[in-house]
Amino acid sequence: MSTVFIAFQTNDDTRPIIESILADNPHAVLDEQPAMVKINAEGHLVINRESIEERIGRHFDLQELQINLITISGHLDEDDDQFSLTWKN
Amino acid sequence: MDMQTNKKKLGLKEKYAHMTRGLDWETSYQSMDKVFPQATFEGIKIHDWDKWEDPFRLTMDSYWKYQAEKERKLYAVLDAFAQNNGHLGITDARYINAIKLFLTGISPLEYVAHRGFAAAGRNFPGVGPRVACLMQSLDEVRHAQTQIHALSNYNKHYDGFHDFKHMLERVWYLSVPKSFFDDAFSSGPFEWMIAIGFSFEYVLTNLLFVPFMSGAAYNGDMATVTFGFSAQSDEARHMTLGLECIKFMLEQDPDNLPIVQKWIDKWAWRGIRVLTLVGMMMDYMLPKRVMSWKEAWEIYFEQNGGALFGDLARYGVKVPECITQCTIDKEHISHQAWATFYQYGGAAAFHTWMPTDDEMDWLSAKYPTSFDKYYRARFTYWRDEAAKGNRFYTNTLPMLCQVCQIPMLFTEPDDPGQICYRESDYEGEKYHTCSDGCKKIFDDEPQKYIQAWLPVHQIYQGNCFPEGTDPTVEGFNPLAKVLEWYHLEHGKDNLDFEGSRDQKNFDTWRGLATKNT
Amino acid sequence: MQIDLRTVSIKPVRQTFDHIARRFGDKPASRYQEGTYDLQQTDIFHYRPLWEPELQLFDVRRTKVQMKDWYALKDPRQFYYGSYTIARARQQEAAESSFEMIEERGLAELIPAELKQTALDILVPMRHVEWGGNMGNSFISAYGYGTAITQPCLYHAMDHLAVAQYLTHIGLVLDGPEALDNAKDAWMKDALWQPMRRHVENVLVVQDWFEIFTAQNLVLEGLSYPLFYDYLDADFSANGGTVISMMTRFMAEWAAETAKWVDAQVKVAAAESAENKALISDWVKQYRTPVLEALAPLAKRAFGDKAESVLTEVTDQFNARCAKLGLAI
Repeated sequence: MSTVFIAFQTNDDTRPIIESILADNPHAVLDEQPAMVKINAEGHLVINRESIEERIGRHFDLQELQINLITISGHLDEDDDQFSLTWKN
Repeated sequence: MDMQTNKKKLGLKEKYAHMTRGLDWETSYQSMDKVFPQATFEGIKIHDWDKWEDPFRLTMDSYWKYQAEKERKLYAVLDAFAQNNGHLGITDARYINAIKLFLTGISPLEYVAHRGFAAAGRNFPGVGPRVACLMQSLDEVRHAQTQIHALSNYNKHYDGFHDFKHMLERVWYLSVPKSFFDDAFSSGPFEWMIAIGFSFEYVLTNLLFVPFMSGAAYNGDMATVTFGFSAQSDEARHMTLGLECIKFMLEQDPDNLPIVQKWIDKWAWRGIRVLTLVGMMMDYMLPKRVMSWKEAWEIYFEQNGGALFGDLARYGVKVPECITQCTIDKEHISHQAWATFYQYGGAAAFHTWMPTDDEMDWLSAKYPTSFDKYYRARFTYWRDEAAKGNRFYTNTLPMLCQVCQIPMLFTEPDDPGQICYRESDYEGEKYHTCSDGCKKIFDDEPQKYIQAWLPVHQIYQGNCFPEGTDPTVEGFNPLAKVLEWYHLEHGKDNLDFEGSRDQKNFDTWRGLATKNT
Repeated sequence: MQIDLRTVSIKPVRQTFDHIARRFGDKPASRYQEGTYDLQQTDIFHYRPLWEPELQLFDVRRTKVQMKDWYALKDPRQFYYGSYTIARARQQEAAESSFEMIEERGLAELIPAELKQTALDILVPMRHVEWGGNMGNSFISAYGYGTAITQPCLYHAMDHLAVAQYLTHIGLVLDGPEALDNAKDAWMKDALWQPMRRHVENVLVVQDWFEIFTAQNLVLEGLSYPLFYDYLDADFSANGGTVISMMTRFMAEWAAETAKWVDAQVKVAAAESAENKALISDWVKQYRTPVLEALAPLAKRAFGDKAESVLTEVTDQFNARCAKLGLAI
């Protein structure tokens, strides 16, 4: 299995996003760096709109992720409810 | 008709499909070949453009919404940084030299990327890739401008930034990144996508932006961190475009594989050679270091690139053949490059210096098998000589590689004590390259690479002096005239950091902030 | 150690980059200036393009129009990426809230059937014309000369994509996805649209980028936007179709803004030399004829008996505009 990852700028907007990713992906590993938070995970990683909404108490459009996104690795699939990264090997 | 069921039901994918896919059509008043004249000459076969999968599904209204949000945040930081003299908050004025290299060597290429993606966005016969390329073209002009705007305040206070466009076209080491982008843009649209969209964006930009920008954060440069990370947020979109593009080409026709593989091999190597400059920035130019070049290479190329190529293996794609060489090189290239710039510090538009003892200890810890063995003694010697007033500058001109245009500074794969040269013959002339990788690229397209405008050859041919220069006058100083032609101010932009105007100004200004006058 | 950097008053070494100072003097420069002037490389290209080996990567010979200084073609809006996206984000917010209100409250059902049909027949197929506008302007952005004009042409290309997407949205609001299929069918086959499609395709193969600029941004937009987003829009509003006007407000505002930019380019280029003036004037005359031929059946469908007088008014205004720009048409 290969590692997928996603990294965000460290700020108030991304805190609930990171929390929900870690909650929804128990296999994910947090890697904190200067001004940046990177989440690594074996094989795949999902981000659920609903989990973020639970934490921020408002509607969240997954495309808002782009504002604070730094980088990703893996094949991306995105619909209204879920943003996922996967390596197929 | 039931209006209620027509509306709202559209999901993101479906909505995006309507918003883009239906827009184009099969032309009939003019032939498709005439409308898309660049679609076939490279030999890539595409049977069905509709099979293209859009990775990010941004419509223009969402694009504007999110990008405007990013821009507001970014310019608020830049304004605050300028108003508060944020440049005095960096760790050490040596740091500024890293971003000089960024503005002169990288920002103008973001601009070329903008033009190249506009071309790709016009030339592909499929609407999906075209829209994605155009958005990338728009992002790239953003990157060029936000970098210029972020570094504009540094330019007001420090040397070396002041004529970046003029220098990019002329200065010897800047022909390395410039020729890289010229090479990609002068290729066809498919090769451009493999060169920039895939090899550079997917495989290599993480190496440029992520560790380097974390380094900027470590060194207190919030303006650079902000543009860096803000730019990188667009790269996520660019990377998925690059990956989608390569999958699409490979899925469309098995005949595409050998062409694509050749381009991957070529552009991985071309890109890695350019990134030598980044390796040197990370290991030598950041006063506070986040990670070594080698560590960044291992995370972002070996691990991440490994996952990527593992995934592409199902199409028959192999890891670029340069990987063996790179595994050896990662121990050496940053030291070799810095040693070269140190010696040619009279002709570079940034300052150079030798690391302190602490810094050398860090380098030995990070490079246990190479630094002490091959570099430390030489660096210590140079530093001690400089302390005695014998700062070493070389006055000869180096031989450049015909392909990557880097001086011949790299060593043989099996002997780090031996400079590596390769030679090819073409139409009765000899051409020199720095490595097996560059030689292979040359031999495959000699008619292209013989055109290279090699700065050192051009100096010898007398093409790099200001208009009206008479090289026959007594006491003619060719180097001084070349620097004048570069618009490089001798004594300000170049030479050692120690004693530079940057160093003095930074100390004075910071003194004003910390002491009562 | 806490350093209060704010209190430090230091004198900068220089005010701006040298290439900006050479043009405007060493004084503080705007973000538009630093992000635009002389950004495109002009000297020393390493390799001839495989796709056009007789020219350089960036080459003044890709149009017959000639300028001493290509940066005379500046953008009166002074758009750089940040100011452009922020301006458009504001406009899209207004458009988005209009669409939301219309969809949430089912306001499209209030549109008189006849007007709705006109919008479906005329506005929705125009999304393909907009796509042509995107292609023409992305061509200029790639192969034009000098950032002053290539930069706003990319913004213009993306704006055309946005308009195509707003028109798509209108189709979806009025009649769902079938509206788009029907519009494409009409675009491909109906006699009503063939002169327009032929014209758009003919412009897609033009190689001179300033000719594309003239044909697309001055002539086609200069004649079609007033017709549809001014005259037809007034008809919609006057006859109970304000909801349609709410959905086309972006286009009306955008056309007014961008026409000023287009005018500035044409005026400066024509004033540069008698040759430029003759060239651009000829292009206007050359493209005005097929555009008017293409608009005639559409005007007939939209305005019925009034079509001829509306089209004449639009043409007169367009000719007056060109005359003001110094063209002999």
